[in-house]
Formats: sequence, structure tokens, C-alpha cells
Amino acid sequence: MVQLRHAHLDASFAALSDPTRRGILERLGRADASITELAETFGMTLTGMKKHVGVLEQAGLVATEKVGRVRTCTLGGRRLEQEAAWIKRYHQLWDARFDELDRVVEELTRQERRDERKKRT
Amino acid sequence: MNARSGREPGPVKHRTTVERKSDREVVVTRIINGQARIVFEAFTKADLFRRWWVPRSMGMTLLSCELDARVGGKYRLVFDAVPEPVAFFGTYVEVKPHSRLAWTNEEGGDGGSLTTVTFADKEGKTLVTLVESYPTKEALEAAGTGAAEALIETFDQLDELLITLGSP
Repeated sequence: MVQLRHAHLDASFAALSDPTRRGILERLGRADASITELAETFGMTLTGMKKHVGVLEQAGLVATEKVGRVRTCTLGGRRLEQEAAWIKRYHQLWDARFDELDRVVEELTRQERRDERKKRT
Repeated sequence: MNARSGREPGPVKHRTTVERKSDREVVVTRIINGQARIVFEAFTKADLFRRWWVPRSMGMTLLSCELDARVGGKYRLVFDAVPEPVAFFGTYVEVKPHSRLAWTNEEGGDGGSLTTVTFADKEGKTLVTLVESYPTKEALEAAGTGAAEALIETFDQLDELLITLGSP
């Protein structure tokens, strides 16, 4: 009954669904790199690499900065961690909800048993 | 030293699972320590329902909770929020005492989801299976929670990735 809307989360996961883009994130996790370097590493054209980096940038997973003629890509890792944490929170919500439900149900069960005992005596 | 106190050990807390069943469905399961009859009651009686549906960790305050758990009956939950309270509402479409419950989620207008809950007896305990079904894959993804859980299978992968990314 309660739905949270996180459009940017969808963008992040769409970005992560591609193995090349996951590879780019891993590569950037080791060190910053230019689009040219990334294109060479992954055996792609500059245009193809620019597209992948664009998707990652849109999702907030990568930041780019142009210095002179070189565009350098860095990991925007904080966002990624936030989103992993957000998924965990969803599970935590249901887990917490069901913990409370357990408490309510156990209390009702004890109550019923007490009532039955009273009836018998 | 080995003597135990007279207190009985508390009931086991069971695991909550969250899984994507298809493009349009997310499934949550949990075994609850009590009979289906009682669990069903906790889902359908407002005074009981409000005691567990909004756990403290959710950080929200429930201002009102009305449930009319009959086929065609309505429910309405109002939460305290800034700048104004937010209502979640819908209609019960299936009510089979102690075994099955389904309601629509209408606050989002078109593309609202259907929540179906089944209660299965497991030797005095109850397996609760809750399915959120969206009319389309896009609706599930737009709903956020669905999209997040849809990717629970890649979560482990994501975890690994985070570890990789986190290490310099």
C-alpha cells in the first residue's frame, strides 16, 4: 500500500545491466581514465564508449570532467552505495513489518490460550 | 552453569524473502508464528493491522487506518507527511477468510498494483506469501520498490561490485 518512487534507481540498474558498463565501473574503481583510454581498454570506438559513459553519467554512477581536449571519467560511487542501501532498506521494511506481525500474532495466540484455560476452570 | 532459567526460549524468527517472479511481479514470503486464522485477522482488522503495518523503522506515523475487508470494501491509510498528510487507498477484490486476500492500490491512479496475500498452514504456523502485481513491466519499474526488488537477483553481483569498487 506504500510505494516509493525512485526514478533514478531505475536508471542506475538499467546502467548496470550491461556487462561492458559494469566493466567500465570496475576499471574506474582502480583509477580514473579518459574516454580514449576506456575505448582502447574495451576495444570500442570513441563514439561507442561515449554512449556507455553517457548512460553511466545519467545514472549518477560516473562523473566526467573535460580538461583541455581530454574528458576524464571518475567513479560516482557514493550514489551506487546509496542505492544498494536503498534495496536493503526495502527488505528491512518487510522484515520489520513481519517482525511486528509476529509479535501481534503471538500476543493474540497467548490471549486465546488464557481465555480457553479460564473457560475450562 | 548449565542450568537454564525457567523461561521458555522465544519463538524462532523466520527469514523474510523478496524475489521477482516475473516482469510484473514481486513476491515477499515469511513464516509467521501463529495460526492462519489469527494472521488473517491481523491483516483484516484495523486495530490489529495498524500495530504492525508501519514499523518504527519506517519513520512514518499512521494518522488513521480504515479497513473494510469485504469484497468490494475499501481501505484507506493516512500517513503524516510534509507539507500535508498522504493517503493510500484501494479496494478489496478477494477476501477468503484465513486463506487469501487481495486488494488494489489506487493512490497512483492508472497503473496501480494489485496486492495478493495467501496464508498457508504450516504445522500451526503460517506461510504468508505476498505478491505485488503491476499491469505492465513499466508500471513495476515506475513504482520504485518493485524495480529495486526486481533486481534483487543482481544484488549479490552489485554487492561484489561495491566491494571491488571500494578497494583502492
